[in-house]
Amino acid sequence: MESKKPLVILRDVCKTYQRGSQTIPVLQDINLEIPEGEFLALMGPSGSGKSTLLNLIAGIDKTDCGTITIGGVDITTLSETELAHWRGLHVGFIFQFYNLIPVLTAYENIELPLLLSALSKKERRQHVEMALQMVSLTDRSDHFPSQLSGGQQQRVAIARAVVTDPTILVADEPTGDLDRASAAEILDLMERLNTQLGKTVIMVTHDPRAAEKARVIRNLDKGYLNVHHQAAL
Amino acid sequence: MKIPVSYSFRNLWTRRLTTVFTASGMALVVFVFASILMLSEGLKKTLVETGSYDNVVVIRKSAGSEVQSGIERFPASLVETQPEIAMGPDGQRLVAKELVVLINLQKRGGSKPGQVVIRGITGNSLILRPQVRLIKGRLPRPGSSELMAGMSIAKRFQGAGFGETLRFSMRDWKIVGVFDAGNSGFTSEIWGDVDQLMQSFRRPVYSSILFQLRTSSEFAKVKARIENDPRLTLEAKRETKYYADQSEMMAKFLRILGMSLTVIFSFGAVIGAMITMYASVSNRTAEIGTLRALGFQRRNILYSFIIEAMLLGVTGGCTGLFFASFLQLFTISTLNFQTFSELAFSFTLTFEIVYKSILFSLIMGLVGGVLPAVRAARMNIVEALREG
Amino acid sequence: MSIIKLLYRNTLRHKLRTFLTILGLTIAILAFGLLRTVVSAWYAGVEASSASRLITRNAISLVFTLPASYKEKIRQIEGVETVSWGNWFGGIYIDEKNFFANFAVDPKTYLKLYPEFILTPEEKLAFFRDRKGAVAGRKVAERFHWKIGDIITLRGTIFPGNWDFVLRGIYRGRYPATDETQFFFNWEYLNESMKKISPRRADQIGFYIEGLKDPDRAAEVAAAIDASFKNSIMETLTETEKAFQLGFVSMTEAIVIAIRLVSFVVIIIIMAVVANTMAMSARERTGEYAVFKTLGFGKWHIAGLIFGESFFITMTGCALGILTTFPAAKAFGDAMSAFLPIFHVSRQTIYLDVVAAVIVAVVAAIIPTYRSVNIRIAEGLRKIT
Repeated sequence: MESKKPLVILRDVCKTYQRGSQTIPVLQDINLEIPEGEFLALMGPSGSGKSTLLNLIAGIDKTDCGTITIGGVDITTLSETELAHWRGLHVGFIFQFYNLIPVLTAYENIELPLLLSALSKKERRQHVEMALQMVSLTDRSDHFPSQLSGGQQQRVAIARAVVTDPTILVADEPTGDLDRASAAEILDLMERLNTQLGKTVIMVTHDPRAAEKARVIRNLDKGYLNVHHQAAL
Repeated sequence: MKIPVSYSFRNLWTRRLTTVFTASGMALVVFVFASILMLSEGLKKTLVETGSYDNVVVIRKSAGSEVQSGIERFPASLVETQPEIAMGPDGQRLVAKELVVLINLQKRGGSKPGQVVIRGITGNSLILRPQVRLIKGRLPRPGSSELMAGMSIAKRFQGAGFGETLRFSMRDWKIVGVFDAGNSGFTSEIWGDVDQLMQSFRRPVYSSILFQLRTSSEFAKVKARIENDPRLTLEAKRETKYYADQSEMMAKFLRILGMSLTVIFSFGAVIGAMITMYASVSNRTAEIGTLRALGFQRRNILYSFIIEAMLLGVTGGCTGLFFASFLQLFTISTLNFQTFSELAFSFTLTFEIVYKSILFSLIMGLVGGVLPAVRAARMNIVEALREG
Repeated sequence: MSIIKLLYRNTLRHKLRTFLTILGLTIAILAFGLLRTVVSAWYAGVEASSASRLITRNAISLVFTLPASYKEKIRQIEGVETVSWGNWFGGIYIDEKNFFANFAVDPKTYLKLYPEFILTPEEKLAFFRDRKGAVAGRKVAERFHWKIGDIITLRGTIFPGNWDFVLRGIYRGRYPATDETQFFFNWEYLNESMKKISPRRADQIGFYIEGLKDPDRAAEVAAAIDASFKNSIMETLTETEKAFQLGFVSMTEAIVIAIRLVSFVVIIIIMAVVANTMAMSARERTGEYAVFKTLGFGKWHIAGLIFGESFFITMTGCALGILTTFPAAKAFGDAMSAFLPIFHVSRQTIYLDVVAAVIVAVVAAIIPTYRSVNIRIAEGLRKIT
């Protein structure tokens, strides 16, 4: 197995939460390397800190110690403004509850991250249409989220996640709210994004079927990353 | 604008009922605000049209108004000889000695009384007041018991219409003409021959003297001469200033009352806007988290919500302004506190009032929306996403 | 856990929203109370006037006077007990801004007809004796810091010149509605001076005041007075003091109507705000109300919760509004004392405040109650998760 250059490097990362007067450690001594093009699943019982780890990698939460380097950039040193800017360029999000903007159409939801760029309207249109094609929803581009099924909404969310051609795709329980058929559809899509487009995917899940799609599984327990890898079959 | 304005607009549209409630509150406030400004403007317009800059009004010193003033024949004749008085087309001096008194008349359609100005005029009076036009009938003949009524009085008071008769001082007076003096106060007066009126009221003194300056800049000179003459206890003002002073009290009263009302109301409207926007923010917590996660900055969120609040304000503002514009169909008639005489004026909408009202509504939206917008902008991404 | 506790906790859920709603209500009740007080201040003159006093004036208008010789004829009319007379002086004290009503009156008869102006016997005597004496009401004396014995100069407008008076008394009003901002002096002083300055204007009276033997016969006596002067040089118009004051007020009716309208508008605005709040709260708690229903609570319980919360918020705002009305009225009254000398909050205004608040509470709660009460349990439960 040739080891590719690590895209994401976590060194001695820790995170604690304050609850009133108590300090609760959520993540401790996290050291992790994710090579480019990897499809990683993070698993663990509830409260193990897997979502927190994902949030740190995605740049929507700050570490209490350690560094996170993604694509050569140490994101723990970035200011809030710089971090927001970085996210827009490098991270694609897929949430459990889709988190689409209800008052925007599918097209407009997918276009949203592109508004942060300097692309013209025409250029944006090209990107959005490509993304729509990728998720096979071209015929529903002017529907509002309320007019789409759960599976369709998640596909829009995925289109939104890839439209900026991000460095990493992070997914937090992407199939948590879907029925079996839709879940399978979504997972297939994500697998294709990984194998055909070479996207690096980091997914948090407790669904073993979802984990099967990943190539590497890491487990978290009480804030610690388990040492041994578990390669998926 | 990174986050499109259509996003703000659509969010208001989605929660229509709340938007309507809140915007209605603001519309009412802007309505009150605009109507007060329109009333003041209408009052001002009435005065500006009343009087010419180059005319001078002479009344007894400290009298305050023509009604309280009295000028005996001798001082009156002294004023008539001032050299600064302009000459008319027939070589006559353009000066008029007038009598001004108030009479009680009953309003039409009820028995409410009103105090109306009766002005005894001479032939020159009409030349000195070019804004007065006869619209029906003819001028009263000198030496007769005939009167002509201003349009506003003819319309609203019993016995003052064209062809009707008023009875006072034991005489019958026939209304032989109706005149229109535009927006000026003269439209609320009744005019007749000064000598006849003086006789019938048994008032052998004039109330005021009006003359036209031959050269406008000579006002200071003739004013000084009249006021410093020990034989005369008189004061002189430009006609425009005289009428402006007449309603200073009214204007001030309207302003104080009106503005305090607007301030109080706007508090109510702003609070309404705040409540709506806070609810809006809390309902879209997950969305805000998502937008931040996607890479939008805090200030993008801030501006988006502020714009939403201002849109709310502007909607209310335009609605309020729209309804306020209908007020122009109404005329207010009331007693002028200073002169105790009937004054009629209408609401006047100017461009300045329109933009002031819109600006006011924008500010209300801004003030109402800024705190909730700040709360939205300061949200922690992870918590916001979790709450959704 | 009592129902009150539950209501209280519910309102604390969104502290900021509840606070803002209560604040809005407080301001609305305050505005409503102030506006109503302005309207009643407008009519204060009418309130203070009596139906057992008549005012006789020149039939043409107040601008014209009546001869002093009419005095005797009026005295002889049946039903007239006391006759007094006076002239509106309209003098200016230092500056036009310092406006207050000032008259020349016949001291003895005037005070007899106005027992509500309270003076000590010494003050009365001093006033009767001093030709140049004057009496001022407590409020106007306080405003300008006058003391008995001060020389007060008024600049005449209708009667030219500077006139000096000696303050011989400061009167208190017997009732709260009595006007304590009047200033009056001896008519003889005015008349004697006019005889010298402008004889033509001497012996002219602005208005006569008649005290009646029998107040029920006011209309008859008024008609009798006017009949006796019909077709004479100066015809008279006699009416009760109340009617006279009402006449003035009606001339500025337009403004009063506008103010009344505006006070309703205030209530409507605040109704919209509170209704909005209640609608939002109810919408958020639809799921909870469904849970209540599953536990066995009925429609009336739900309605009670919503109405209860609405009343809780409304009444708190109302109470605060009423409390703040008093100091605000004082400040407002002081600022407008030139226009409205009497400015105090009536009990009726307070009652109306409460009624308005109740109406707001009910209207705000109706639609949310209807919606919540009628929701099907299953539908409601779905909204929680």
